[in-house]
Amino acid sequence: MLKINNLKVNINDKQILKGINLEVKAGEVHAIMGPNGSGKSTLASALAGREYVSVTDGSIEYLGKDLLDMNPEVRALEGIFLGFQYPVEIPGVSMVNFMRTAINEQRKYKNLEALSAAEFLKLMHEKKSVVGIDSNLTKRSVNEGFSGGEKKKNEIFQMALLEPRLAILDETDSGLDIDALRIVANGVNLLKSPETASIIITHYQRLLDYIVPDFVHVLYKGRIVKSGGKELALELEEKGYEWITEEITAE
Amino acid sequence: MNIEYKLADVTESFVSLFEANRNILLAENNEHLNSIRREAVTSLAKLKIPGKKSENYKYTAIGDLLFEEMNHVFSPKKIEFNIEDIFSCDIPEIDTQAILVLNGFFLNQGEEITKLENGVIIGSLRAAMKSYPDLVYKHFAQYSDYKNDPIAALNTAFAQDGVFLYVPKNVKHEKSIQIIHLLLSEEDQMVQHRNLFILEEGAEANVVICDHSLSIQKFITNSVTEVFADKNSNFNITRVQNEHDKSVQITNSFIQQEQDSTVTSNTISLHGGVIRNNIKVNLNGENCENNSLGLFLADKEQHIDNSIYINHLKPNCTSNQLYKGILDENARGAFAGRIHVWPDAQKTMAYQKNNNILLSDDAKMNSKPQLEIYADDVKCSHGATVGQLDEEALFYMRSRGINERESRLLLMYAFAHEVISEIKLPALRERIDELVEKRLRGELSRCNNCKMNCR
Repeated sequence: MLKINNLKVNINDKQILKGINLEVKAGEVHAIMGPNGSGKSTLASALAGREYVSVTDGSIEYLGKDLLDMNPEVRALEGIFLGFQYPVEIPGVSMVNFMRTAINEQRKYKNLEALSAAEFLKLMHEKKSVVGIDSNLTKRSVNEGFSGGEKKKNEIFQMALLEPRLAILDETDSGLDIDALRIVANGVNLLKSPETASIIITHYQRLLDYIVPDFVHVLYKGRIVKSGGKELALELEEKGYEWITEEITAE
Repeated sequence: MNIEYKLADVTESFVSLFEANRNILLAENNEHLNSIRREAVTSLAKLKIPGKKSENYKYTAIGDLLFEEMNHVFSPKKIEFNIEDIFSCDIPEIDTQAILVLNGFFLNQGEEITKLENGVIIGSLRAAMKSYPDLVYKHFAQYSDYKNDPIAALNTAFAQDGVFLYVPKNVKHEKSIQIIHLLLSEEDQMVQHRNLFILEEGAEANVVICDHSLSIQKFITNSVTEVFADKNSNFNITRVQNEHDKSVQITNSFIQQEQDSTVTSNTISLHGGVIRNNIKVNLNGENCENNSLGLFLADKEQHIDNSIYINHLKPNCTSNQLYKGILDENARGAFAGRIHVWPDAQKTMAYQKNNNILLSDDAKMNSKPQLEIYADDVKCSHGATVGQLDEEALFYMRSRGINERESRLLLMYAFAHEVISEIKLPALRERIDELVEKRLRGELSRCNNCKMNCR
């Protein structure tokens, strides 16, 4: 589904990613872990198409197409979803209007008829119960005045509505209590199918108690320095990141 | 050319115009009105049309704008047209009583002035001066400050007609009154008209004013609206400005509020060449509430300047100013909000907010809060921002599959909505919502079969 090949990325002329290689196949869940400043969010930003991220080398192939050639909105329409680390508040734009516009843009892209207001509300109602998001939140402006946990739940709610092929969750678990964490995990697990894949970017292992990854990668100083199965996450939790950084330095 | 010379000239040209048309302007055989007119022209000659050095007109060179050869028409000119052929109102679905004013003159479609069953009097100001002189002259030119305000003086000297509304004591007039100011002429024209709205104690009314140009000629409009809101009255006035790029529109609203009254004005400037809106509010009794809100959308070479003056004369009054603007291309915007709290006006609460979005590097906005506070127990605040659309929010929306144009529109619309949401009548609010959305989408050019093709 996704092939990242020798990806090098600069932000403000500073090299952040120094040659990432990663392949994600349909049906897989990948966790990307690593200490602060290792480039995890930069990788998410590069995948979603943020403008301040400049790709200097390498390629990203998504479903056989050149991802770097697509606008952020086209990437979304092609089925990529980014769960934001810091979801943006948009005063004055209602959740309903925002998501209905997004869904209908997607339907237009797939040559489907737009959903009517009633149809959309019905869909929203269904997905709301899946995520367990408070009804009042969807009546408000996008993320406006939401607590940290509510914002993250709202990301999962949007993901449930948009049903992406590839979900990238950028530290969606940070700052969440156990209940919220379960909701986030539940959302990801519900999306899981042989046709979809997820990339979970996280600093801690605890989300991975609820979402079982097929692969765990450690990102350090802009490179993937270690890959393994789910047990790697447990090892990191136990020993911290030092043993890996020491290993690298020793080499 | 020497600026002072030019200024003297523009003022002088109006004074001469008055002298030349004295016979028509003072023909009504109405000594009360005639003496006000004479005073007004004297005061105009003394005060002079403000020039570039005027602080009050710093951002709108009104002297230059008025310094142009224009035609003036001092009696209603018969123009044969079928109103339905050329004009369909953008706000048709709301239940309103519509009044047409053509080039400043009440358009006679039957009675010039009507007294409704509930005692409400409505119609031509000129006719009201004849039929209800006592009512008119108790308030006419009492609030417009023509002795200190040269633009109001200019209007007072020349304006012949407009709309008169009288709502008697404790009458709640349910039906909205819609006043449609139309400009239609075969030659460039200056138009000055005048409205007078009187709400007696406990009265309630809603007025919607729509300003439209229907032909491509250059129009300069200088209008004055006086509002008297007596004790405990409640008045909503919504103005929708939609004139073409060659128009110059100066509106002057003078609002006098007595104890416990509430007046809310929403000024929605959708289109125009040069627009300058002056609103002056006197809170002349305790516990008054005034809300002055505005939304302006401008692009190309358009220029929109709002100037608000809230005069807190008595204690325990509240005023809110909220003006928001979106400027694109080479548009120019200005906002001046003045709050004047007099020593007596303790416990005043006065708030002011002006937020602006510039969509291009060339658009320009000037925002000027002015607070003059002479009482010590008051709450006053002001805030002005000039910024761009939130890039983070744009990316967030695009990352959900909404294209850039649509994302921008959603953000602009959200920005504008704060003002629209304060329009009290739900039906009107919805219509204006739609109009603003159309305007933001650039779909408003087909309005009224206008040949201007503004966009």
